[in-house]
Amino acid sequence: MTELTRRSLLAAGTALLLVRPAHATPQAMAEAIRAFAGGAAKAQPGRVTLDLPALVENGNSAPLTVAVDSPMTPDSFVRRIAVFNEKNPQPNVAVFHLTPRSGRAVVSTRMRLADSQTIVAVAELSDGTFWSASAEVIVTLAACLEG
Amino acid sequence: MPRAMINVPQSVPRGTVFEIKTLVSHPMETGFRPDESGRLRPRDIIHTFVCTYNGEEVFRAELFPALAANPFLSFTAVATESGALAFHWTDDHGATHTETARITVT
Repeated sequence: MTELTRRSLLAAGTALLLVRPAHATPQAMAEAIRAFAGGAAKAQPGRVTLDLPALVENGNSAPLTVAVDSPMTPDSFVRRIAVFNEKNPQPNVAVFHLTPRSGRAVVSTRMRLADSQTIVAVAELSDGTFWSASAEVIVTLAACLEG
Repeated sequence: MPRAMINVPQSVPRGTVFEIKTLVSHPMETGFRPDESGRLRPRDIIHTFVCTYNGEEVFRAELFPALAANPFLSFTAVATESGALAFHWTDDHGATHTETARITVT
């Protein structure tokens, strides 16, 4: 028979805290963006529009649209668009690969939000430059990541 | 088998940009949620989506657990010639689901 002591309960609580997945941090997001941008180039703000509701009721499914100002011709087009988050367990959300045949650099999807946070979109253009935009979002009901 | 919904216009004037909307049923299990016994449910997400237009890739997406369940994607393509658009979703089990849609370019 096991005794349920204050000590054992505290130990169990600590163990539970330890197995909880570490949440991504703004540093983790910055690292993920650096990895996406190849380390060398720095993403400068502009040319990208990130459309996300400022107040999200359901963090399990938040609509988002990324648009990049680009003519999308074979000479000048958007190669990739990546979306990053600060406070979900992992900093990555999605990476979209576009071609001149995409016609327009506009992509929409739905994402999970574990907490109120900043979302960042980074676009890589065919000339090798990186551009970014960010959006603050407040979540009323966070995505159920832990149960 | 997952159920997929595709929204593509039936006919498009040549050279114009048209929108493609896709929705596929999938739990997108993140790998961060515990089950009743406290063990983490294994990750099971669609990690890759590819759209080809007459065999040529026009759009590709790498997806991560932060994407919502039943992933929805909307993107665009230029109407070049009549033919088939093919959509492929691949998940962590290696299962690929494919759907096709016909498009007439006028």
